[in-house]
Amino acid sequence: MKKADVILLKYGEIALKGLNKPMFERKLIDNIRLALADVGEFSVRKAQSTIYVEPLGDADTDAAVQRLKKVFGISNICLMTKCEKNIDAIAAAAIECVKSDMEERGGKTFKVESMREDKTFPMRSPEICRVIGGMVLKNVDGLKVDVHNPDIQVNIEIRGDALVYTDKIRGAGGMPVGTNGKAALLLSGGIDSPVAGYMISKRGVTVDAVHFHSHPYTSDRAKEKVIDLAKIISEYCGKIKLHIVPFTDIQLSIIDKCPERHLTIIMRRYMMRIAERIAEKSGARALITGESIGQVASQTLEGLCASDAAVSMPVFRPCIGMDKEEIVTISKQIGTYETSILPYEDCCTIFVPKHPKTRPSLEEVVEAEKALTNAEELMSDAVENTEVIEIG
Amino acid sequence: MDIYLDNSATTKPYDSVVAKVGEVMSFVYGNPSSMHRMGIAAEKVMKEAKEKVAATLGASPSEIFFTSGGTESNNLAIRGICGASRGKHIISTAIEHPATLKTLSYLESQGYEVDLVSVNKDGIVNFDEFVSMIRPDTVLVSCMYVNNEIGSVQPVGEMRRALKRIAPRAYFHIDAVQAYCKIPFTAGSTGADLISVSGHKIHGPKGVGVLYVRGGTKISPILFGGGQQGGLRSGTENPAGCAGFAEAAARGAAGISVNMPKVRTLRDLLRCKIEKNVRDISVNTPENSAPHILNISFGGVKSEVMLHTLERDGIYVSSGSACSSHKREPSYVLTSIGLSPRMIDGSIRFSLSEFNTPDDIEKTALAVCRAADSIRRVMKYK
Repeated sequence: MKKADVILLKYGEIALKGLNKPMFERKLIDNIRLALADVGEFSVRKAQSTIYVEPLGDADTDAAVQRLKKVFGISNICLMTKCEKNIDAIAAAAIECVKSDMEERGGKTFKVESMREDKTFPMRSPEICRVIGGMVLKNVDGLKVDVHNPDIQVNIEIRGDALVYTDKIRGAGGMPVGTNGKAALLLSGGIDSPVAGYMISKRGVTVDAVHFHSHPYTSDRAKEKVIDLAKIISEYCGKIKLHIVPFTDIQLSIIDKCPERHLTIIMRRYMMRIAERIAEKSGARALITGESIGQVASQTLEGLCASDAAVSMPVFRPCIGMDKEEIVTISKQIGTYETSILPYEDCCTIFVPKHPKTRPSLEEVVEAEKALTNAEELMSDAVENTEVIEIG
Repeated sequence: MDIYLDNSATTKPYDSVVAKVGEVMSFVYGNPSSMHRMGIAAEKVMKEAKEKVAATLGASPSEIFFTSGGTESNNLAIRGICGASRGKHIISTAIEHPATLKTLSYLESQGYEVDLVSVNKDGIVNFDEFVSMIRPDTVLVSCMYVNNEIGSVQPVGEMRRALKRIAPRAYFHIDAVQAYCKIPFTAGSTGADLISVSGHKIHGPKGVGVLYVRGGTKISPILFGGGQQGGLRSGTENPAGCAGFAEAAARGAAGISVNMPKVRTLRDLLRCKIEKNVRDISVNTPENSAPHILNISFGGVKSEVMLHTLERDGIYVSSGSACSSHKREPSYVLTSIGLSPRMIDGSIRFSLSEFNTPDDIEKTALAVCRAADSIRRVMKYK
């Protein structure tokens, strides 16, 4: 495939914003520049609700497209061919685009759309469409016109140069990261939590991550795995502060003092509490978890209520109504799946009670928790000894 | 200060090995096959390395072939012998390293018949069963000298004699990766036709191994290329690695009579201390084992948790089996000596080297007792 001369980015939702639209656009452009920083030099400019990314010198536009696919706020990515502003050159570029499209994806019908920003160009838009359409029809075998539902749409824009494109790649959608505050993600190393972080970040939220580490009951490889996961989602979410909380002492105290059937839910509540404290310290306003109703014993409605009640911050659970399969599909699509299924988390089943209480009432749990008399001390120790790793 | 007790996984290279490897890489970087002076210098390094290694095995330099390590040596021995003979029957043991077992199951899929001898509770082959498996058309017996998990030593000399009595033309291969520089032996003393050894288990570099091939043995290559090392192992030689290997081998062989009794004493001390202070254990390493390996199971302890607990004290060991929430296979070696699943779950391998001190052992014994207590408390062990 021919490399693009210019990459055109369209944004969906931001375009609908009112007076604060410039704020969203500025953030998006910042994020685009950040994403392309180590790919090469590009000019990034905005014109009429679209962003043009043009390589300066021989910067690699293919590599740029790979990065741009992961920038939230972009709905579509178009790969444009630049040519001279005369009808023969435009026709030649259009024919080449159509041919390479047919080779790659097939297609039997087409139409031409054009947009003339430079009004000094001698032909008007409908005429450009007609003439180019005719030339494409004459020069490409096995192609018919269908103006209603074409397989291939040839777009022509007459601006400073003439730009021709057929390809439209779907962008990541959503809102630019950094336009909607910050939340703290409980990142476990499993399949669900990275997906949850991705989904909330997609709405423009900056993500901090909190991981609970239980050495020697889990290995340091579990920690490395979480760092790897954070790296993968940071391609979408931008920079992530990963907080690694030493959780062993709390777990051991809970096992020692609290009734076995409530272990999981009590542990969960302490994770939420610690995450909330870390979130407060770093300016996050909400927690994110990968929970989905009924997936495991601690994720029954009662279990979720009990863990919610441990904190006052809102808890976002974007996977809440999804089946495992749906979550897996997203994790494969964003590239976390292969890492998530590495077998290092939860090394030991010893923290999992044999007969967990699946429908704990809040009163029961609160009562059971009272046995942990030094909870405050344990939690502040954990927060204090938290290791912070900057990702991305 | 770290206490490294995972020497059956790999060893710390001798300083002199590191120096030798660096020296050859820096100054003798020619290709041994080159016609010019620099090639000749590199060829000379290779020749000296072969001579040194040959001396440690009581072999001739022409019988030494450098490989990429134990895995390749075992592959070359087994597939090389099978490739050069018409017979289809191979005998090995149930407790071989995967480099052997996986090679054998590949050959099985290619039409070979493979018999695996079982072992007794000490991890020693059931000799009568072995003898009963030998057939006139047996091509090869491949047997581990020292087992990597429990340290049991096979009676390779007797096995070889039994083999040659019934199948005089069959070859006898020993995987001596865990025996080399640990128990004294030579090609002659074992009578083996092929011997695999590895550099990084003897304080040498990783990525270098040796296959001893007795002169006159019919063997085919498994790698094809430029015809180096008499055509049996193509690929540009690695003079730095080979010189490092030779340095380690020479040092290891020279020190074996002093160092290994010392290692054995330390190992036995560790065993005594653990036996005395921790209840409900099973010592899986038999009497008359290799000097450096001690495998012990702790009832009611998850071995991986024990491993990570010891790691906190800077003590490094191996676990016999990974934790069970993700179903990883329990050790087939421990299974075949008849150990119960519960004990396999709690098995730890301590493997020592000449660098360990009595102080290491004191500290380790203490840490093991503490770890067993605390893990058992958490796991509500009664």
